Amino acid sequence: MALAREESSPLFAGTVAGTLRLILYLALAMVLMVLDHRNGWIWRLRYTTAVLVEPVYRLASLPAAGMRSLSVAFSDRKMLTEQNQRLREDLLLANAKLNRMAAVAEQNQRLKELLDTQHSLDLNVQLARVIDVDLGAARRRMLVNLGSHDGVKSGQVVIDAHGVMGQVVEVMPRTSLVMLVTDPDHAIPVVVERTGLRTVAYGTREGDLLSLPNISMAADVHPGDKLLTSGLGGRFPPGFPVGEIQSVEPAASGMFLEGRARPAADLDRSDNVLLLHDLAEPVGPPEPAEQAGPPADLAPPPPSAASVAPPPRASAGPSTPAAATTTNPAAQP
Amino acid sequence: MSKPRVSLLWFVGTLVFSVLSMLIPLPAPLQPFKPYWPALFLLYWSLESGDRVTLGLAFIVGLCADLLDGVLLGEQAMRLCAMVFIALRFRSRLRFFPMWQQTLAVLALLLNDRVLLLIVRTFAGDSLPPATWWISPFVGAALWPFLFLLMDDLRMRLRIQ
Repeated sequence: MALAREESSPLFAGTVAGTLRLILYLALAMVLMVLDHRNGWIWRLRYTTAVLVEPVYRLASLPAAGMRSLSVAFSDRKMLTEQNQRLREDLLLANAKLNRMAAVAEQNQRLKELLDTQHSLDLNVQLARVIDVDLGAARRRMLVNLGSHDGVKSGQVVIDAHGVMGQVVEVMPRTSLVMLVTDPDHAIPVVVERTGLRTVAYGTREGDLLSLPNISMAADVHPGDKLLTSGLGGRFPPGFPVGEIQSVEPAASGMFLEGRARPAADLDRSDNVLLLHDLAEPVGPPEPAEQAGPPADLAPPPPSAASVAPPPRASAGPSTPAAATTTNPAAQP
Repeated sequence: MSKPRVSLLWFVGTLVFSVLSMLIPLPAPLQPFKPYWPALFLLYWSLESGDRVTLGLAFIVGLCADLLDGVLLGEQAMRLCAMVFIALRFRSRLRFFPMWQQTLAVLALLLNDRVLLLIVRTFAGDSLPPATWWISPFVGAALWPFLFLLMDDLRMRLRIQ
């Protein structure tokens, strides 16, 4: 309707109504932005509209997934023709077999590594697949294909075979958002493995490194030192590798040393990640047991058991081999 | 199906496609070259069929994009609103520009959009983005003639408004 007014003076359409509506919409947008910035509305909204949002994510990740499977298919065919040719040319059957063995051995090694982290530490974990979607290019976040229906909770630690990747920050019914350790908003309490020095590793804005901005001048930190989670703060359980110091230089302020560390986890390459179910021990005394209400034999099966220790998910078991095998060829360099 | 319905479907379909292609991930080195698709498509429609594109529509498209992008609710809504407002206001002039002038105008609009985004990000407490961040508007402007001609051609072939 307002456009009809604009059409009436097409070349110099300076209608007041149009400007007023612009101002109205801009003000509305700003109010939304401020409220969202303060209260984090967007994720509550996304949770409620997840039925609509999640299929869109799946749809958007289709081209990437298609490309990946296509490249896998073509590389397999290429491998086969190469092998065929070699057989015909000089009958080096053993050679071709060895080549294939190497691929399988590498795959085996990777699977073993994944299993190792599961078994050697006796961790309660869940395997998740990364959904490839571009979420705000400036941020270091990723979506995984497990959500609150699979028992994922906000704050869960995400690891891969080599170290800590990040933590779950938002959970939707079937997907959840993971903030990587290199996100500018992320901080993780670490300890230097060699000396036991405690500090905090922050994400950086430029690139894939971690920054340790406040190491005291006298501290004994060298490039090559390994960083582990310290377990302080109650979010990350202690003893997981976080990264390796690359360089230590005096900070711009001159008061501290500033370290740069390379994350231990393969942040760019991982297709499968593990969600840790046991969170770190909570700070403070344990919560009192709930013993109010009628006697236990009158009550229905207690729901508290489920909330205290989430049982190992049945879905993690069958999905493990399938997901791992499908992604392995793509992960090879 | 009747013709108006087909053209409405086409209109909505292109907008949905633009929001989807915003979400499609690119390899890291190509990331800064990704144009801002929703803006390009909204610009096209506001030039070509200005009675369908209103500020309200831009706001809603922006909100949907925000919801999917998950960065800050209302950010893209504001940017798209501002862009569509300018485009609609200068619509009658922009439409009759030769293509190179139109491309320059689109570049200016996209750069203006980036500046708006920069302001919002600064208020939200982010630091200055790297220089590659400014490549995207240029890519968008470079793609504009092709997008424009392709969409026009498709519209001609499908004989829809």
